[in-house]
Amino acid sequence: MAEANLKVFRGEKDSGTFENYKVPIEEGMVVLDAIHWIQQNIDPSIAVRWNCKAAKCGSCSAEVNGRPQLLCKSRMDKFEPGEEITVQPIKTFPHVKDLVADVSWNYEVNKKIVPFTPKPGHNWVVYQEDIERVQEFRKCIECFLCQNVCHVLRDHNRKDGFYGPRFMVRLAGLEMHPVDDANRLKMVKEDAGVGFCNITKCCTEVCPEDIHITDNAIIPLKERVVDEFYDPIAKFFKTVFKAK
Amino acid sequence: MNETKAATASTPGTHAHTGMTTRHDTWWLAPLLVATGFTLFIVYATFRAFENNYYEIGSIISPFYSPKIDLPGWPFSPAILILWMPAGFRATCYYYRKAYYRAYFLTPPACGVSVWGSKSYTGERAFPFVLQNLHRYFFYLAVLVLTILWYDVFKSMLEPSFHFDLVTLIMTVNCVLLSGYTFGCHAYRHLAGGGLNCFSTNESTKQRFKVWEFVTKLNEHHMAWAWFSLFSVGFTDFYIRQVCAGVFPNPVFF
Amino acid sequence: MTNYETHEHDVLVVGAGGAGLRAAIEASAQGMNVGLVCKSLLGKAHTVMAEGGVAAALGNVDPEDNWEVHFQDTMNGGKMMNNWRMAQLHAQEAPDRVRELQEWGAVFDRTKKGEILQRAFGGHKYKRLCHVGDRTGLEMIRTLQDQGVHRGFAVYMECSITKLFKDGDKVSGAFGYYREDGRYVLFKAKAIVLATGGVGKAFTVTSNSWEYTADGQGLAYDAGADLIDMEFVQFHPTGMVWPPGVRGILVTEGVRGEGGILTNKEGKRFMRDYLPESTKDQFSADDEESKRWVDAAIAGVKTNDRRPPELSTRDNVARAIYQEVKAGRGSPHGGVFLDISYQDAARVRKKLPSMYHQFKDLADVDITAGPMEVGPTMHYIMGGIRVDADTQMSRVPGLFAAGECSGGMHGANRLGGNSLSDLIVFGRLAGLGAAEYVKKLGSAPAIDNKDVDSAIEEMEEPFKRAANADAKNPYDVQKTLNQVMSTYVGIFRNKEDLETGIAKLQELKEDVKKVCTKGSKVYNPGWHMCRDLKNMLIASEAIARSALSREESRGAHSRTDFEQLSPELGKFNTAISKDGDSMKLEKTPCPEMPEELKKFFVKKETTHNG
Repeated sequence: MAEANLKVFRGEKDSGTFENYKVPIEEGMVVLDAIHWIQQNIDPSIAVRWNCKAAKCGSCSAEVNGRPQLLCKSRMDKFEPGEEITVQPIKTFPHVKDLVADVSWNYEVNKKIVPFTPKPGHNWVVYQEDIERVQEFRKCIECFLCQNVCHVLRDHNRKDGFYGPRFMVRLAGLEMHPVDDANRLKMVKEDAGVGFCNITKCCTEVCPEDIHITDNAIIPLKERVVDEFYDPIAKFFKTVFKAK
Repeated sequence: MNETKAATASTPGTHAHTGMTTRHDTWWLAPLLVATGFTLFIVYATFRAFENNYYEIGSIISPFYSPKIDLPGWPFSPAILILWMPAGFRATCYYYRKAYYRAYFLTPPACGVSVWGSKSYTGERAFPFVLQNLHRYFFYLAVLVLTILWYDVFKSMLEPSFHFDLVTLIMTVNCVLLSGYTFGCHAYRHLAGGGLNCFSTNESTKQRFKVWEFVTKLNEHHMAWAWFSLFSVGFTDFYIRQVCAGVFPNPVFF
Repeated sequence: MTNYETHEHDVLVVGAGGAGLRAAIEASAQGMNVGLVCKSLLGKAHTVMAEGGVAAALGNVDPEDNWEVHFQDTMNGGKMMNNWRMAQLHAQEAPDRVRELQEWGAVFDRTKKGEILQRAFGGHKYKRLCHVGDRTGLEMIRTLQDQGVHRGFAVYMECSITKLFKDGDKVSGAFGYYREDGRYVLFKAKAIVLATGGVGKAFTVTSNSWEYTADGQGLAYDAGADLIDMEFVQFHPTGMVWPPGVRGILVTEGVRGEGGILTNKEGKRFMRDYLPESTKDQFSADDEESKRWVDAAIAGVKTNDRRPPELSTRDNVARAIYQEVKAGRGSPHGGVFLDISYQDAARVRKKLPSMYHQFKDLADVDITAGPMEVGPTMHYIMGGIRVDADTQMSRVPGLFAAGECSGGMHGANRLGGNSLSDLIVFGRLAGLGAAEYVKKLGSAPAIDNKDVDSAIEEMEEPFKRAANADAKNPYDVQKTLNQVMSTYVGIFRNKEDLETGIAKLQELKEDVKKVCTKGSKVYNPGWHMCRDLKNMLIASEAIARSALSREESRGAHSRTDFEQLSPELGKFNTAISKDGDSMKLEKTPCPEMPEELKKFFVKKETTHNG
């Protein structure tokens, strides 16, 4: 039977070793299956976070051959026979054990976002074309791969100034909601730090849900921020028309 | 407990992530090609802007020099008075930003590849990159220039009398590509309708929704429009230069 | 002595899927100090896997719909085994709960008039399922999560509960560990809501994730609650059958709701042959009528044509597929074909986006170009912790249950779409019930330190056993358990198999006492499995014993040795409870439906299960 050659990071709190495992390949197998095989046949203590195995829950985020992805979606037949497959935990968040990282920072950020605030007395007649943009953002499964790959968080560690692509998506979903009444643009500019993003699009590249994070969420937010803070001419005309 | 296979340690005592990346695909190829492409274009465009020759023949004018402005006392090439507008539009364009931040600034060169790491990183929050927010003003100027380039197409077709030659064809294709690029602009997408939260409010917003949908279609391929139009504008100028210099022919179709 | 941290709450909710989150939100709204414990990260619970929609009689697409019809559909689907009061509350309150989700930011697909769009589903007379493409569960959990985040209750993520404590007969708290680093935690709580979901991991082929290890059922059983109707295990007719790594993963009923056709390898559309006589007149007479119905549904217009036969209830369709495969008419990988590719590809991608991606990414199959291979997969348990319909309290004072881990609502077979509505209706009622209970409770019940010590001891044991010669790998034990349940307590059952299964489960009980683990307590899945096995065994034995005791075929419970439905046996619930070290089984009479509801069910009694 064909065997895959896995090189998996094993260790706790960012200190450990890369261990090599030979895993028999089954048809249609994914990397998560290989990790489970190790769990069941070699070492039950190997840690991997997973739930649904169908790319719907976003738990099994890791890096395979340096590319951030869901382990349940990384098919083994993509690799060359005998190729060494390096499996690492995601880099941007504190390491816990083996392939598990502590992503709690994201949950803290989420709390800061002004929640959905419906217009008082709205009749809830909402047309499909008005919510289609928002529906794209609601596909997010919070795998945090975009947060992991974003160089602002990953390389520059600016978690102090930037909420990251995931929360740009959430903010865009709220800002573009036809029934929402809150204004979060100051937050988008200041606390959420949309200006940190230099639209290099890695978030979009790794998104397992194919959300066009940069084009449909971040850039429209940037343009809304321009409306509010960087476009004096438009602001002037708006004020004049409002005064009328 | 049974162990069917023993694990073997290969790298003792290490961090989960060391070095630039563990990617071993050709991640460096795309930024390299982009950097090469941009550099070639910039070198050529700079050369042409300063050449100040071979840009006008009959009713034909190169897109680098149109509209030709005779500024009294201006000692340099008239192209410089024009080129800053499309150059500024492209320099602040959301696609080009992605491309040159990756290819020139290596922030980052490719996904999951770390070159720099500094807490002082400010992205587009501080000078100079905060100026990227002026993109929409450059869009307005780009539309102006584009209008003139379309005017040039018709001028070359109608003067001295109606005809269609190879240069006119090239200029037409160029203008089509430039239009696809210009009107697929992210800032325009926002101005056209993206800034609305509700499209179905009234007739005016419904119309804007239709425009937004159209711009969105163009915008989905903004990268392709950007490259094709960059190539076409360079090629148009080059062909006109060669015609002016008497190197290339300009056959008349009808 | 081993250290542990201690937290105090009025209401502790165990499980953060739809029901748990809704319960926590409600209890919090009632002014309670709430703690929410979840085994995974917040927002990853199995609710995200729910695809098709949430059933609520809004009547947006079919104005004839109302709660009474929904109630009848639910009771008929459940073969009248449902707790009538739960079915009634569910049908009455679901519309309000769905509108509430919308007000909290859920973005449902819309009708042309701008209302919430509803789609058809098996067993529902009218188009009733509010949905967001085929990712309704994700929409629901994200909405509840965002709502909960701003309520400010404490969330304990990646934390498993291993023990419930009582003071006298009243619940007083719970003990558990954090999966991340293995540290122990004690929760002092005046009331506990269990919302832990199902038991799927006891079976080989299941649509359930690793979390579904019967925690709530096991904990409640140990605490003295009773489990009812555990024999009713739903096998979803359409799970993926290939590749092996994803075998069992759900293919939404929405595919059939949107017009998906089931065929065998001979190309025959077989479902019409399996329609029970009693419901045949609700379905189309031929393929032409089916097609007209689908066309009308796509166009969003009213039609008098009847539904395609693929939209029969889940138990019927699952049995039909099982029998087709058994007769040698299955697909190459042991399923049948489900085809939606005859429809416009762009529309399929729009209405079933995650199915499109699931097959494209995991099986390399383009569902807009060809058929899927599907087969039955263990999906849901209708039975569970017995609760009071209005308060969701079990017979243990202070112990509440909601969602899949509770029993009664769905009777012998659950209709698709009724589980998401179940979560929000009864999640809320459980939160409310727990808050009311705490308000009336005098002093806080106490926890005996000795109980805590023994809870710690229980968790330490697997490490100590590692040196034993007869120590067992927990994964091996689980694999055996899966085989036993799938072989002897599967989709079709008989006395002999069930007795063999029960005997094998007794052997496994001994094996579970020997499971061991190694390594540290930091994120150690092997260690976690050691504890989870105990709950799975309790649930498995309860299922097997209940199945053996019900000598009839009813809903999802199919006995090959008792193929008829018995009107007499339908008057009793099966109740399992702990009696010392053994399992006690009783037959308790079903609650009597009042006259004003009985009038809906005057049609003749039948002995055919379908």
